[in-house]
Amino acid sequence: MRKFADLPIPEDGKFVANITHFARALRVAGLPVGPGRVADAIRAVEVAGFTDKRDFYWTLHACFVSRPEHREVFAQIFRLFWRDPQYLENMMALLAPAMRGVQKERKANPAERRAAEALLDGADAEAPELQEGESAEIKLDASLTFSAQENLQALDFEQMTTAEMAEAKRMIARIKLPVKPLASRRTKPALRGRIPDWRGTIRGAMRTGGDIQKLAMRQRKTRWPNLVALCDISGSMSAYSRVILHFLHAASNAKGAGWAQVHSFTFGTQLTNITRHLRNRDVDTALAMAGAEARDWEGGTRIGECLHTFNRDWSRRVLGQGAVVLLITDGLDRDDPDLLASEMERLHLSARKVIWLNPLLRWDGFAPKARGIRAMLPHVDSFRAGHNIASLQALADALTKPEDVGEKARLMRAMREG
Amino acid sequence: MAALPENIDQTRELLASQGYICGQALATVVFLSLKLGRPLFLEGEAGVGKTEIAKALASGLGRRLIRLQCYEGLDASSAVYEWNFAAQMVAIRTAEAVGSSDRAELNAELFSEDFLIRRPLLEAMSPQEGGPPILLIDELDRADEPFEAFLLEALSDFQVTIPELGTIVAEEPPIVILTSNRTREVHDALKRRCLYHWVDYPDFDRELEILNAQVPEASAALSREIVAFVQKLRSEDLFKKPGVAETIDWAKCLLALDAVQLSPQVIADTLGAILKYQDDIVRIQGSEAARILTEAKASSEMAD
Repeated sequence: MRKFADLPIPEDGKFVANITHFARALRVAGLPVGPGRVADAIRAVEVAGFTDKRDFYWTLHACFVSRPEHREVFAQIFRLFWRDPQYLENMMALLAPAMRGVQKERKANPAERRAAEALLDGADAEAPELQEGESAEIKLDASLTFSAQENLQALDFEQMTTAEMAEAKRMIARIKLPVKPLASRRTKPALRGRIPDWRGTIRGAMRTGGDIQKLAMRQRKTRWPNLVALCDISGSMSAYSRVILHFLHAASNAKGAGWAQVHSFTFGTQLTNITRHLRNRDVDTALAMAGAEARDWEGGTRIGECLHTFNRDWSRRVLGQGAVVLLITDGLDRDDPDLLASEMERLHLSARKVIWLNPLLRWDGFAPKARGIRAMLPHVDSFRAGHNIASLQALADALTKPEDVGEKARLMRAMREG
Repeated sequence: MAALPENIDQTRELLASQGYICGQALATVVFLSLKLGRPLFLEGEAGVGKTEIAKALASGLGRRLIRLQCYEGLDASSAVYEWNFAAQMVAIRTAEAVGSSDRAELNAELFSEDFLIRRPLLEAMSPQEGGPPILLIDELDRADEPFEAFLLEALSDFQVTIPELGTIVAEEPPIVILTSNRTREVHDALKRRCLYHWVDYPDFDRELEILNAQVPEASAALSREIVAFVQKLRSEDLFKKPGVAETIDWAKCLLALDAVQLSPQVIADTLGAILKYQDDIVRIQGSEAARILTEAKASSEMAD
């Protein structure tokens, strides 16, 4: 039996119990409601009185809701609960076993699959195991190890067998995206800094009885930028998007590897935010959850529409602190190129840097013929290939160099000539 | 000094007396925040009146309004306190000239209240005329995470520590209002300590009330047209929807131009007062504006 903290209980004991029950219902529905909030709510209802249902609603609302998306959930539960608490409880009792069942299955599934793979798939077992906590970068690995791995680096994702793909995913998980830190507006004491530290100077002077002997200095601190990845999951990208998602999963979960926050979105015919799903540490679970969330796998592409949704609903929330945008798409879009161009321009204006990864660039003779590509190209900072492991590693270099443009210059020239 | 409101309706009346019209939901959180002494966290699009509520409360309650505008890199020396270094320097020189070199004495003199420059947070902790002040921490999402962590401490205990002077505790905690435009998510730990409210765009009747309170010179017919047009505009697919502040600005613009009613020509000339992005202006200009205007007029006549 769990013990709860003591609460100041008013005469009407039922009412405290009811609010507590209500809070539990909210918790089951996913609202972060802790015991502290319950205590607050009881105190709030005490002072606000219990006369009008509308006031009561907004009183509890003020105590329990802390995100706009929770308002609707709260409204629903409030309506159900305060009409008939028993009804909701019965509903939950009915649902609870079912919910637990689903979760259990989800957890077991990836592990099971991996176990099966290990037993059945000989190709996988031969692959070199990566050591836990190995910090050497993939580049070092490649230069002094197996030729098999080297071949794999240049092999197109589309041409890989299942076994090769499995190995490629393992290599991708180790790629690091070293990003150049941004200078923040915050400062720290530094011997060779350039900003005078008056406070430190005076305190230093105190030590010598008020005689200023040395000017204390400060310098600016650095911070990591955010990464926003927009990944195309339409039919034409199917061979690549799954690999790229592995890559994004690795980037999202690499703690202390550069990025402050990684926001990931997928798009095909609609835009889906999969950031939360990719935070799951288990890569298979994460991708399965992301896959279930995005409903437009291997369908058509409406890049312009999706970018429009992103610009309208998300850009102000995720592009704020100097975020770098990684756009992964082949640029084959059948919609209005003007819409696409204007949305790309808006994206480019809102982000610190837009990098376009295009798997089509694998052919040396690639020329910007498609309308979509011609519309998008002028509005990116850097245009790069993204069809094999080596190209993903090259991306790491692109991120560290602020002036990197990739293939953009060459293609822009081709576009003007052709 | 006015007494704190006793219930939710009184809170609404208090705000209304200052020209701030709000709904039951907002009045409830404001009342609870005053009553429970909890910080109030207001989130919403730009221009929906988050900052105004602090101003209305301050003037309604006769309290002092202390505003802390957040920005990246905001640190303790600009948010809490700073020493007056120039004056300290002079004091050191004077002490040297006089020839006194008692270090303890000099130390006590240099780091005394005389040389302390009070910034908003410290100011809000010290006693004020008319009772505890209203501390407005504006656009918290612009500050970085380290400052948020610092605020956690300041807001939970209402005390700040100055190493040279000791801990300063607020005798009466200030009324704290935090606002955010949601350009990033503020950490849950900070939200947990506050009462949260998402400030939404008002509906037609409320916006009309707000406009009447803020721009009483505008004729009833013009106000109705303006509000109906802006309400319609918000249902369009825009990059930045106009806020209440824009509605008020626009009404003032139209008055300055002596417009008695909306026409496509007038709208085209003043569109920059409600739409602030070139993409949006291009989208709405011309026939689109005319269409919205006819729809708005139709709906406002229906409401009559």
